[in-house]
Amino acid sequence: MTVPEKPNTATLAPAPPKNSERQAEFTTISGHAIRRLYTAADLQGWDPAAQLAQPGEPPYTRGIHATMHRGRLWTMRQFAGFGAAEDTNQRFRYLLSHGQTGLSTAFDLPTLMGYDSDHPLSEGEVGKCGVAISSLADMEVLFNQIPLANVTTSMTINSPAAVIWAMYLVVAEKQGADWKKISGTLQNDILKEYIAQKEYIYPPEPSMRLVIDTFEFAVKQTPKFNPISISGYHIREAGSTAIQELAFTLRDGMEYIEWAMRRGMNVDEFGPQLSFFFNAHSDFFEEIAKYRAARRIWHKAMTERYGSTNARTWALRFHTQTAGCSLTAQQPYNNVVRTALQALSAVLGGTQSLHTNSLDEAWALPTEFAATIALRTQQIIAHETGVANTVDALGGSYFVEALTNEVEAGAWDYIRKIDAMGGMVAAIDRSYPQREIAEASYRYQMELDKKQKIMVGVNDFVSEEKTLDILQIDDTVAHRQAARLKKLRSERSQEEVNRTLSALRKATKSTENLMPAIYAAVKAYATLGEICDAMRDTFGTYEEVAIT
Amino acid sequence: MPDKRIRVLIAKPGLDGHDRGAKVIARALRDAGMEVIYTGLRQTPEMIASAAVQEDVDVIGLSILSGAHNTICPQLMNLLKEKGMDDVTVLVGGIIPGADIPVLKQAGIAEIFLPGTSTQDIVDFIHKKHAA
Repeated sequence: MTVPEKPNTATLAPAPPKNSERQAEFTTISGHAIRRLYTAADLQGWDPAAQLAQPGEPPYTRGIHATMHRGRLWTMRQFAGFGAAEDTNQRFRYLLSHGQTGLSTAFDLPTLMGYDSDHPLSEGEVGKCGVAISSLADMEVLFNQIPLANVTTSMTINSPAAVIWAMYLVVAEKQGADWKKISGTLQNDILKEYIAQKEYIYPPEPSMRLVIDTFEFAVKQTPKFNPISISGYHIREAGSTAIQELAFTLRDGMEYIEWAMRRGMNVDEFGPQLSFFFNAHSDFFEEIAKYRAARRIWHKAMTERYGSTNARTWALRFHTQTAGCSLTAQQPYNNVVRTALQALSAVLGGTQSLHTNSLDEAWALPTEFAATIALRTQQIIAHETGVANTVDALGGSYFVEALTNEVEAGAWDYIRKIDAMGGMVAAIDRSYPQREIAEASYRYQMELDKKQKIMVGVNDFVSEEKTLDILQIDDTVAHRQAARLKKLRSERSQEEVNRTLSALRKATKSTENLMPAIYAAVKAYATLGEICDAMRDTFGTYEEVAIT
Repeated sequence: MPDKRIRVLIAKPGLDGHDRGAKVIARALRDAGMEVIYTGLRQTPEMIASAAVQEDVDVIGLSILSGAHNTICPQLMNLLKEKGMDDVTVLVGGIIPGADIPVLKQAGIAEIFLPGTSTQDIVDFIHKKHAA
């Protein structure tokens, strides 16, 4: 068989007349222009040996391992959590028995904000968006009959991450699991809280101190645990474009590295334990290009900006979640399709771990029924479609490579802009990423309102709705938690609690690593609220300047 | 004589920080010619009621995605009643299960706007309620 000749781009047929296409121009959901056809002309000067290379080799465009999903499937890690610890423990065990391969914990708003379930501000919120965890006692119930030595756990917790992590580590210790061997991920990405998710407690400086403390602790004590999941998911959910999601996430990562280096850490000490978390949104190829560009940018940044010499620092590892903001309340069964296609893009983009949303999540937390379909979606992709049987199936596509280049270039523009502002903390201070996100989200809403972008079942293809059976959160959760906290406070040694909290307060005023003091307070059954309040006393609280 | 602009308070009650919707609505209403005050995050019903009085608003828009609506809404409506703000139009946008909608309306919420609502629908609703 002869190798086909490279197309002579000078003789490519001219574009058909404008009025023969459905739209005057075509853009991704992020507003990125898409051409009718991509050819070798779009990759002029592009060197595949350097830009594409092999999977498992710099710059990792094709994936971070030589075998990728042929060697090991991505972890099927479904985000779950509601009610009290025993309710979530049951859902955890259900999902594990149905084939998920990793745990992922959703905490309720009071827990996320460092308040006990019986705090006045917790009223109406206990157990509604995730599981209520007010102390080590709750954490012990959460992982009842789940051996932490044999399962990896991700915890979506940010401002109080160090405290929740300490609780997890004590549970592991009590189970007899070896800290040097346990694995999992702490989200612990405070920068994106100021930018997008807004679950901050303390101001940036003490918050960054806490994060770097967890890096130090993880390097020494839990070498297989990721102390951070540097996230773009929430930035995208807040309405950013794909390029903004990518740029702000990676620049956040660089900010953490620079703060750690200022403390005297070497990038290769903690680099291998950094992990990432991206959104899988609806524009199929834009997402795939985004993941590939992410790996390439990270490799370049690690080697050129920080002088990293450890390949494990260069290789960007990420978890993906399908886009919650794309789910519709209307015709909810359509969401099964959306999630499947988004999940497929994440797999083709080389994700290490994946959560698929449930069909009913524009209405409530998922029912068991809906959560099962979501998990089965991943299993069908893995075992029936064949896409996991080869690495980077789309590599070499003119379109995908050109789009990867464009997304990368767009991200570097943002990264340089933020560098010029003095870094990400400085950029946040002047509301730069927040403003970019607000603009992008408004632009998209206007496109929807004008039907320039279609959302099936919402602004087109509308039909009559049937009611959906959704998950009801038992209102007794708050009462159960209040009773538990009363019992806890009466049974623990108040003296020990006071001593450990006092020691923690003292530690917050020095530069010592806070993890040991937090661990001691957690072990004494000081509550989450008490520990976070001790830190509030020294660090104060953050109030954002609202941008509309 | 200039028309009196409709004054709207957009509020995020409770602990939830997901403010994309609230901010988009605030801007859309502003673009439609209304006077919009955005409270920012972490507002208690007391703070919202006080702001509504202080700013002398015609409309309050609550953004609630956290499932806390059954606690927050009745509390706010009671406070507004106490403060004599009976004729304020209170709207809710966000994640509200169908079964809870009649209960909220009984408590005095004028309308609930679910995911997928166009900004024009909200503008039109407010204009209809506050026609000069």
